[in-house]
Amino acid sequence: MNRMGIIKAKNVVHEFFRRDEEGNVEAITTALDHVNLDVKAGQFIAILGHNGSGKSTLAKHINALLTPSEGALWVDGMDTMDEEETIPIRKTAGMVFQNPDNQIIASVVEEDVGFGPENIGVPTDEIWKRVDKSLAAVEMTKYRKHSPNKLSGGQKQRVAIAGVVAMEPKCIVFDEPTAMLDPNGRKEVIRTAHELNREKGVTIILITHYMEEVVDADYVYVMEKGQIVMDGTPRELFSRVEELKSHRLDVPQATLVADELRKAGLPIPAGILTREELVDAIVNVSDSERI
Amino acid sequence: MPIILDKVNYVYSDGTAYRIQALKDINLQIKEGEFIGIIGHTGSGKSTLTQLLNGLLKATSGHIYVDGEDIYDDDYDMKKLRNKVGLVFQYPDHQLFETTNFEDVCFGPKNQGLDRKTVELRAFEALRSVGFPEELYYQPPFDLSGGQKRRVAIAGVLAMKPDVLILDEPTAGLDPAGRDEILGLVSKMHKDLGITIILVSHSMEDVAEYVDRIIVMNQGSVMFDDTPKEVFSHYKELETVGLAAPQVTYLVNELREKGLPVDTSATTVKEAAQAILAALR
Repeated sequence: MNRMGIIKAKNVVHEFFRRDEEGNVEAITTALDHVNLDVKAGQFIAILGHNGSGKSTLAKHINALLTPSEGALWVDGMDTMDEEETIPIRKTAGMVFQNPDNQIIASVVEEDVGFGPENIGVPTDEIWKRVDKSLAAVEMTKYRKHSPNKLSGGQKQRVAIAGVVAMEPKCIVFDEPTAMLDPNGRKEVIRTAHELNREKGVTIILITHYMEEVVDADYVYVMEKGQIVMDGTPRELFSRVEELKSHRLDVPQATLVADELRKAGLPIPAGILTREELVDAIVNVSDSERI
Repeated sequence: MPIILDKVNYVYSDGTAYRIQALKDINLQIKEGEFIGIIGHTGSGKSTLTQLLNGLLKATSGHIYVDGEDIYDDDYDMKKLRNKVGLVFQYPDHQLFETTNFEDVCFGPKNQGLDRKTVELRAFEALRSVGFPEELYYQPPFDLSGGQKRRVAIAGVLAMKPDVLILDEPTAGLDPAGRDEILGLVSKMHKDLGITIILVSHSMEDVAEYVDRIIVMNQGSVMFDDTPKEVFSHYKELETVGLAAPQVTYLVNELREKGLPVDTSATTVKEAAQAILAALR
């Protein structure tokens, strides 16, 4: 069991049933279609895919909100089908959702962060220690006595993250955590995810539509119709511009500009991901032409 | 249908300890048929402004003139204003409530007091112009994808034949292709129907690509009001208020700093590529 990754999915299928008024099955939707996944502890994984591709259904399997119709999924060696493991699994894999307003319940920031640990019976002293640490981890300590209502979107989302961090999970699944945020809020949340990964060794699974947020991930999966249709490092994936577009996705703007320049005949290398890389590549081209 | 805002102020919870001035002395002129983007960080006053424009909120002081009429005159018909200025909210789930998509789109024109036949014709027309698939007309709205829900929400407002369409973050939560489809649709409606479009957005890339004029809101005031090129040339000031320029604007500016004679006014991928090619040749 030890060599198994922290999250392992083997041929996971998930079917949703739609029933009519008498309870007869009207339609079956296959949301996950034989998904295989092996995430090692400490990795930063990104999952891309258009609306309805099955990303969120997969995310919900990772903390046993949903269980496979076929196949199996293990979180830190625990089978999600085993109901006795449900609580330990949820302690291991935390979730951050899209809309921070749906996740924040208390009227004071620090109480909200302490809600999770309190619920699982952590002793009071320990709760406060965890609240201190979690708020520090997301850099929200100075807002601890504030009302969450008065915070910006990015700050609210960081409070929601602190609430998950306070449960001390080994793994956090972020399900489109930046979809509702302004550019600053987006940066704050993604930076926080990377810091948790780097400094606390938390395994991160980031589900997103924003290609710029994926460039620093260790490995990326692309989903379509419940299947994993592409996977690789960000550099490998973003060199396949046309294929990504066929899956209703996009590439970072820097990659698009690089692509345009290459089409116009400039010797720009493939696999440009960031602005810095593109600036260097263009400066190189201009230097070589001057000589 | 021109709209003029004259020294408009809006204050939440006036007279209490929680008093917040959401808008301060706003002066704006919106001409007929413009395609405007409003950007600003969370809490900058964008949403308050859009709600004033269709009369959901009433300004604490100042005047708003629509088609030359002061909407705060005692004899002004607010219902008329709401028929002229349509508002599509950020979360389509908050806007869809009927049993079928078709009925949902009928709701607006029905409320305008039109007869059933006209209502249905309007609904068909609106659903067709947003490219909504016919086989889903009589399905419940709750099973739809995010992109399709937004189409129904937009159709519901279009069916009322507004002169001004305000869209609050119409692409939040949509995948890139869905985002391009919805914005392409909005842009097509602007061209084909000639209506004024006001797009509230957090995506600088989207705004740069589509609109003719950008209004930047900051702490309840208008910080910039100009073409995308002009506004994004102030990218350093935008950053100080929690905003940014499109990625490519940073790219051309960084190249300039490295000594390349690149035109730094680019705001879209195409413009940036052209500017770089021109500088190298």
